Amino acid sequence: MSQKLIKFEDKTVNQPRRRFVQGVAMGSVALGMGMIPEVLLANSMKNGPQTLSGNEFDLKIGQQTVNLTGSNSIATTVNGSLPAPVLRWKEGDDITLRVNNTLSEDSSIHWHGLILPAAMDGVPNISEGFTGIKPGETFTYNFPAIQSGTYWYHSHSGFQEQTGIYGAIVIDPKEPEPFEYDQDYVVMLSDWSDENPSNVYAKLKKMSHYYNFRERTAGDVYSDIKKDGLSKTWDKRSMWNRMRMSDTDISDVTGYTYTFLMNGQNPATGWTGLFKPGEKIRLRFINAAAMTFFDVRIPGLKMTVVAADGQLVKPVSIDEFRIGVAETYDVIVEPEDNKAYSVFAQAIDRTGYARGTLTPDPEMKAIIPAMDPAPFLVHRDMGMNMSGMNHSGHDMNEKKNSTKRDMSAMDHSQHNMKRPPKGDMKGMDHSGHNMSSGMKHSEHVVDTSGKAGYGSARKIKHAETEFGPHVDMRSESPQYRLNEPGIGLENNGRKVLTYSDLKNYYPTPDKREPSREIDLHLTGNMSRYMWSINGVKFADADPIQLKYGERVRFNLVNDTMMNHPVHLHGMWSDLETGDPDFIPRKHTIIVPPGGKVSYLVTADAKGGWAYHCHLLYHMMGMFRKVEVV
Amino acid sequence: MKKLIVISAFLLSLTNQSFAAMEDDPVLTKFMLNEFETSDEAENPFTWNAQLWIGKDLNKFWIKTEGEQEDGRTEESEVQLLYSKAIAPYWDIQMGVRRDNRNDIDRDWLVIGYEGLAPYFFEIDTALFLGKSGQAALRLEAEYELILTQKLVLSPEVEVNIYAEEDSERSTGAGLSNIEAGVRLRYEIRREFAPYIGVTWNSLYGDTADIAKTSGDEASNTSVVIGIRAWF
Repeated sequence: MSQKLIKFEDKTVNQPRRRFVQGVAMGSVALGMGMIPEVLLANSMKNGPQTLSGNEFDLKIGQQTVNLTGSNSIATTVNGSLPAPVLRWKEGDDITLRVNNTLSEDSSIHWHGLILPAAMDGVPNISEGFTGIKPGETFTYNFPAIQSGTYWYHSHSGFQEQTGIYGAIVIDPKEPEPFEYDQDYVVMLSDWSDENPSNVYAKLKKMSHYYNFRERTAGDVYSDIKKDGLSKTWDKRSMWNRMRMSDTDISDVTGYTYTFLMNGQNPATGWTGLFKPGEKIRLRFINAAAMTFFDVRIPGLKMTVVAADGQLVKPVSIDEFRIGVAETYDVIVEPEDNKAYSVFAQAIDRTGYARGTLTPDPEMKAIIPAMDPAPFLVHRDMGMNMSGMNHSGHDMNEKKNSTKRDMSAMDHSQHNMKRPPKGDMKGMDHSGHNMSSGMKHSEHVVDTSGKAGYGSARKIKHAETEFGPHVDMRSESPQYRLNEPGIGLENNGRKVLTYSDLKNYYPTPDKREPSREIDLHLTGNMSRYMWSINGVKFADADPIQLKYGERVRFNLVNDTMMNHPVHLHGMWSDLETGDPDFIPRKHTIIVPPGGKVSYLVTADAKGGWAYHCHLLYHMMGMFRKVEVV
Repeated sequence: MKKLIVISAFLLSLTNQSFAAMEDDPVLTKFMLNEFETSDEAENPFTWNAQLWIGKDLNKFWIKTEGEQEDGRTEESEVQLLYSKAIAPYWDIQMGVRRDNRNDIDRDWLVIGYEGLAPYFFEIDTALFLGKSGQAALRLEAEYELILTQKLVLSPEVEVNIYAEEDSERSTGAGLSNIEAGVRLRYEIRREFAPYIGVTWNSLYGDTADIAKTSGDEASNTSVVIGIRAWF
């Protein structure tokens, strides 16, 4: 066993409670005594998990001792590997996967982002006739690979995704892609905790801020008063205090318990990808974390985004992108110098990072950048269009009659597509503008607002089921925030990818107008740690019915202060960003805090499908079955 | 106390923390030792204040107990058994029974309480107690947590007790009976475990104060306390 222990590196990261767990070097799947094959596997995994190619696969779900943090822990794995092996297929092939469950509990594998028959989707009690893979049993998945690109697979049972059952799928296209590359790497990001996930969930229910060690202290208030004066500090803080919410509540589960992994490697070891200077490298980023959004950049290199959620997009050159849980981005980088580069993926709440190195020589080390300052939520993240103090404006909004409100809603959506608000103040300007000279503007936008590609013109209504002890917030004025880079990435001097940058490489395949709209509000009570849609949790909800063949618009309103990555199984979510001709297709869409998102779905897949927030500790409640009949 | 332990153990045995897949609302148990302290007074006083809940997101059973021992002898103690129902995002209504013992005399009460988090993060626990033969009592408790650092928390709290009628056997007068205030500074070694030091003031008022003076006791006292706060 060639495992050597190194001391935690002392990074100058701003971690008041304790440094996030960097782990020990060579952290990877390892090894009880006498398990030589696994040890070899662990060592070979420094460059990521092994790749299995072909069209027939035998996958074994089991338990594995791992050491990712400095102490041993039990993971659930596929073929003894964390992440699970990369599956490499060819578009058009018929794929057979025999999945054997050796755990003592039910398991399952869901093929995330794949278009396939409902019976093969792998969600227990949702997918046709599938109730999970019982202990000791083997389930055979069989379906054609009708698409190409970067996808992934994971368990859809219990908390097994948190404990290691996730892996990449790469489907090589029949036709050559419109770009070239010399190296091709999967970069799978994830979050690991030595804690039992059901204990994590129980802790969140008992004390929802358990993992947040960035709470505002008396000292912070004192320095704010010194800086801004008492009245301004009071104004700034009082709304949060009145609402009993925290503006540092970015992630429910943080680096306090998480070690962030890149291709299964902890930050102390890091993943390594090799290249020769001048080569083009394709990096297939997949966020397989249970709860963590990452902000990814490679200092010194521009990244060209060529695919989102496996689907080709028109190339966009950027410095940085945010990847929500379950999203994927393919980027191409072209390092010309003979030097090492850090692939740096900091957690959205800046409590830790995953990292790797692109290098011409394994001996070369890259500088690991410091994490950015941790962000604070602002009023807009609570669905407020103006600053919390300006209640008069808010009242005006409420008093307007419904026609006017509709117009103002149209105006907003239109406006956001073209020239989205950049900050609080501009957002405020907008609504003021709408109120005073609404007519002129609505004349201008009336022809596109609500049309396919532009988002909804509907006014926001909160269902009766959203009122009660189970819901602590309702967005008053949720906005499309499509060309905002996201909280913590504003004005950082880097070009950050936004949803409005995503244009389908191909023309929109289904140009029909939506025949109807389905409004869904993402709801919850943070302090009781309960999550729901329209205030109704999955256990109490009726399925969402879609008519086979219809084109329908989903409007998702976020009535919470955190990002929710929402995933529809079996069908594409065509994200409306203001360009009806090249609508990007995604399988997972981030709904920003206090904001909204609209997308079109062609109900072209019969059967029952899962539809849910992909944050693991939200999804039990924030979940629906979609039935296409 | 023994009875409480037995009940707690029984309730704990009902829970199943390793819930099935996709269970969004498992039955959980939380035990909170809010105060477990001794003070600098001569009688070696020892005070406890503990709570246990078992239940789901919106419906729970609560056990609340508090009391005081002096020189190993229980001076006063109280146990409440409550059903708690969430009625607003931050508020629960709690109903049940209370038995307490003071001067070796038991009293039983019906409880209607209102507990939760008020704006500006004030933790409020207020309850109306209805006793036999028309006795009624009102208790208001409020607590605030001033976060000094991510581990160091200064927590002032105040408790007010008001009685409708005199209970001479238990040295309690009608009207405002006492106000207890305290400030405790705790250091959270973990979220779940924090030693603390603090100062508490207890003042008797009105008839209750007069009764105390008559029997030669002081109507108010200040003490320095040291203790442990824990939960799991």
